[in-house]
Amino acid sequence: MIDLEFLINTLSLGSLYALLALGLVLVYGILKLVNFAYGEYIMIAGYGLYFSATVLQLPWWATMLFGVAAAVLTSYLTELAAFRPVRTKSANALIVTSFAVSIFLQNAVLILVSPRARAVQLPPIFSKTVNIAGATTPVRNLLIIGTTIVVLVLMSLLMKKTVLGIAMRAAAEKFTTTRLMGVPANLVISAAFIISGLLAGIASIFWIGRSSSVDPITGAAPLLIAFIATVMGGMHSPTGAVVGGFVYGLLFNILSITLPASMISYRDAFMFVIVVLFLLFRPEGIIKGGYTEERVG
Amino acid sequence: MNLTSRLAAFSRQHSTLPILMIPLVLVGLGLSMFGSSLLVNVYTYFCVSLIMVLGLQMFMGNAGILNWVHIGFVGIGAYASGILSTAPLVKGMGVPNMYPALVELSMPVIPAILLGGVIAALVAAVIGYPLMRLSDFVGVITLFATLIVIHVVMTQWDNVTNGPRTFFGVQEFTTLTVALIAALIVMVVAYWFRESALGLRLRASRDDRYAAMAVGIDVVRVRYYGFVSSALIAGMAGGLWGHFITSFSPKAFYISEMFILLSMIVIGGSGSISGAVTGTALVTVAREAFRQLEGTINNAHVLSFEVYGLTEAVMAIAMVTILIWRPGGVVGGQELRWPLLKRAKRSETKEVEDGV
Repeated sequence: MIDLEFLINTLSLGSLYALLALGLVLVYGILKLVNFAYGEYIMIAGYGLYFSATVLQLPWWATMLFGVAAAVLTSYLTELAAFRPVRTKSANALIVTSFAVSIFLQNAVLILVSPRARAVQLPPIFSKTVNIAGATTPVRNLLIIGTTIVVLVLMSLLMKKTVLGIAMRAAAEKFTTTRLMGVPANLVISAAFIISGLLAGIASIFWIGRSSSVDPITGAAPLLIAFIATVMGGMHSPTGAVVGGFVYGLLFNILSITLPASMISYRDAFMFVIVVLFLLFRPEGIIKGGYTEERVG
Repeated sequence: MNLTSRLAAFSRQHSTLPILMIPLVLVGLGLSMFGSSLLVNVYTYFCVSLIMVLGLQMFMGNAGILNWVHIGFVGIGAYASGILSTAPLVKGMGVPNMYPALVELSMPVIPAILLGGVIAALVAAVIGYPLMRLSDFVGVITLFATLIVIHVVMTQWDNVTNGPRTFFGVQEFTTLTVALIAALIVMVVAYWFRESALGLRLRASRDDRYAAMAVGIDVVRVRYYGFVSSALIAGMAGGLWGHFITSFSPKAFYISEMFILLSMIVIGGSGSISGAVTGTALVTVAREAFRQLEGTINNAHVLSFEVYGLTEAVMAIAMVTILIWRPGGVVGGQELRWPLLKRAKRSETKEVEDGV
């Protein structure tokens, strides 16, 4: 059961989930916002891929840039238009706003494009399979692992070595104090949304790559994965999100193998029950942050 | 203080209920006498939605926790009441895989609806035990995940719910009169709940969790009771809805319906019963208007494509606008009281903005 194929599958799934979770937790860390619109950035990136490939006839690398840019732009614009004015209001107001933004983007696409799914063409290398030491795997699984390693290295360099990264980490820890040190709040928050959109865009290429199609509710599944992975890993640090992503990928693959065929449709339900039970014993997630006030009683 | 002045003070203090109930009854009477069947249907639907929103307000408004699972309890109530009250013959045809024990069940509608509420409350009592311990963002996400779990179970357990297919043949029972009377009863219950000791403790835990704990309120326990009571109302609302619409599938109890309920409570203001009623009325009117508009646009064929989702998009914009300008909703966290105009003075005191 535990062979090389399982390992590659788990690593690639975990990598994808880690990217998804990381994008969500960056914004959460600073703004304490559970961003329901995050899945929509992934959906918009998918439509960016579709639009640039079919209407603009761009080469494959340019469609990818276009898709990622669409996600970054959407993320930034939602921050400007919706989240910035609501920022000083209650936490629930922020969550409801993000939910409304998500519904708005979904329906905007529904009106402007079509309720039906659109096919997205990705370069053929995505669907080719290779043989590594007896294990057959699609090339995109290796690509996602490689991409994730690069992104994680760049992210940790950004967070540890640059002024912006240090300011963002400080803001996640104590926002008010960081502002008193002269860090502009709008800049840090916009940066967080832009990086969040960037990660969503990159993850979207691989997410869309699995099904090669995009529809208005494409964003729901990755959003949920990002939610559960961050909650499980720990919402207070990017490390927690990455760990959560990999653990979630492992859990998913184990359940896929061990559940009997008649129960496989309940897989998601099982997964959430496991996560909720886990949170009951360790509400702060796998990686504990510094100061938490999550638990009551 | 003599009896008359005490009576006057009492009626002023509790003037909220008549202020809200009299217009509802008048509109209901007017429509049942003069209204077209479309308007009567819309009003019945409004009354049933109002019960759902009042149930949501009981927990979400008072405890300040975004309760995603609410629509799931509505679904549990609808299925439970549908299964309990539908004749065995109809169920045997409609749901081929149903467990024989469930097919045999048959009871009158009213006890079925009440029992549906109890079943929803029992489910809430089980899942609320771990969930009410989690707070803030972990709480929001786990409640959201719980809604998805309920939805997965509803769509997959075809021995009970007919799976993703439509469950049909439910008796028609909820007329305008039934829905209106039920809505009025639930309004009294929700008002009483908000003013009760439990409601006060819940509101205290919402406004300042640590201060509430410091004065001896067991936050987890009051949240738990609030959650279960809210699920009881949600389950009964689901039963009423099921006996109004008579055929439904699991997707009627999912995120897009929850969005409508949330927009009602957020636009009106979740902190008060008055807010819940106002929001439900505003959203119902706006929703019907945009539906008509969508229908007109699509039927006129002026555009080369069909317009879908206009209503939802406009609702979303309205919600964000309300949250920016009046985060407590149109009405805010205070109940409407007689005399209505006195409210203007009270704005000097800081209103609770965290009502959402």
